[in-house]
This record gives sequence, structure tokens and C-alpha cells, in this order.
Amino acid sequence: MVLNCRHVWGHISDYIEGTLDPAVLADVERHLATCEICSAVLDSTRNVIILIADDRVFELPVDYSKRLHARLDFVLANEAPEPVDRGS
Amino acid sequence: MTARQITDGLQQEREAALIAAILDGEREKFHDLIRPYERQVYLTALALVKNETEAEDIAQEAILRAYRKLASFRGDAKFSTWLIAITLNEARTRLREEKRAQFDSLDDRSTTTGDYTPAALTDWREIPSEALERQEIRTLMKQAVEELPDAFRQVVVLRDIEELSVNETAEALGISIALVKVRLHRARLLLQKRLAPLLRIELKTKRKKNGILGRLPWF
Repeated sequence: MVLNCRHVWGHISDYIEGTLDPAVLADVERHLATCEICSAVLDSTRNVIILIADDRVFELPVDYSKRLHARLDFVLANEAPEPVDRGS
Repeated sequence: MTARQITDGLQQEREAALIAAILDGEREKFHDLIRPYERQVYLTALALVKNETEAEDIAQEAILRAYRKLASFRGDAKFSTWLIAITLNEARTRLREEKRAQFDSLDDRSTTTGDYTPAALTDWREIPSEALERQEIRTLMKQAVEELPDAFRQVVVLRDIEELSVNETAEALGISIALVKVRLHRARLLLQKRLAPLLRIELKTKRKKNGILGRLPWF
């Protein structure tokens, strides 16, 4: 089946996930091989996904871990985990 | 069996042993159990509340809750999935208390409409991760995620940033796998549409100021 650009955009996410049905995948790849716009959309979308996952984009607050473990220290020293409530 | 399945299996065994020890009285081992998930818990909270101080507070509360309820964790789910579900509950409770539910429903409406056409720019395809050394690039990326409608942001944070599988994302959010895929697709196109033109301008400005960037092959 010959796909137009809009069809291909509809498959971009599944293409990146690698979950496209083999027949659709072949059609998408045929289109991508000749369409500069769609191949650029694919590359830039994939690039954006890689960049937002970088640890430097969403940084933890300074001393987040230190504050968390200090609070945990206090609770662990004073409380045991609750027994399971199995209902009755 | 794939390498990922083997790693997951080993991690689950290690966690099961830690949980048994904690419930047996070695409470301090909870530090080790939770350490690999500190970042994930914080980001999950931030995906819902969008406020860093509040997200930290929720993360702490969720982790304390996980400790208190540890005996009720059943090994049939992954510990990380259970922990993320607790965090999401904690964040949702907080939002309800703050009577912010009406904003959620407005955001939900926007997930069914909108323009999901990507930015058709052919003059940039890839920005190297070194560009993230620059604060303004990091800020642009962060803002673009924060400004996504709530339902989209949650899926992007869990799947693309925390790198949960699509199935785990669906399980944690209590929605279908099909809905995760639809939201993920729309969110990714929105991010591309938002970021592609901005990053292009940002990098072009930089090129004028800095000859080195201008000589990079990706520009």
C-alpha cells in the first residue's frame, strides 16, 4: 500500500517502539526511503525522546537523597513495617 | 531469555531477599532497597504536581508509605511498579486535597483534540547530547515536557524518561495498553512540534556567537 506523509506520521511512535506490523513496517520504510520530510520528522522525534531522557534535563533537587535518607533513618529507628491486614 | 529479562530476574531476587530481611527486623536494609528508585519516584511525583518542592515531599511520603506497607507487597508484581503506583496515589491524593481536580479534567479534554502534526523541518535531525551541557537547551526540553497535558506528560515520564515498558506504564497508570500507545504517540509528536523549531533557533543563535558549533556536521 502506498502511504502518504500523514499516514506515516500516524505510525512514527510505533515505528520507534519497534511494534509495527511487518506489512505496515515495509510500507513505512518504503515511504521513508524517498521522503525527506518524513525521515527528518522521524529522526528529530527519536532525537527528542533520547534527549528528554537524559539525566541532565530533569535533575534531582540538591541534597534530595540526603534529606530522604535522613528522614528514613528516623522512621526506621522508630517504626517497624505494619503487619499485613488480611481482612476478616 | 533476553539480557533484560535476566537482569530483571536477578534484580527481583535481590529485592525479594532485601524485603524478607527488612520484614525480619533488618530495617536499615530499606535504604538499599529504595536507593535505585529515588530518581524514578521523584520524577513520577513531578509528572503530576509540576512543582519541585511538592514533588520531593510526595516522593518522601510515598517512600515512607512503601516502608510501612512493605509486608503487603506481593512478589507477583515488580517492586518498582508497586512503588510507582504508591507514588501516583500519593500525588493524586495531594492534588485532590488541593482541589486541583478541575484542572485535571480540563487537561484531559485537551487529550482528545489538538493538532498532532509534527514540525516538518528538514534542516535538523539530530542534536548531540553534548548540547544538553547548555542550561537554555535543558530548560527548553524541561518546559516542553511540563507543558504537555497531564495525561500525556504522565505517559511520557513513565515510558520515555523513566523507561518503563508500555505494559508497566499501563499497569502503573491503571489504563489500557492501547491508551498508553495513543497518548505516547500524541505526546511525542507534540514534543517534536514544540521543540524542533525552538531548538533550531536556539542553535542558530549559538552558531552566530560561537564558530565551533557552526562547524559541527549536524548543523
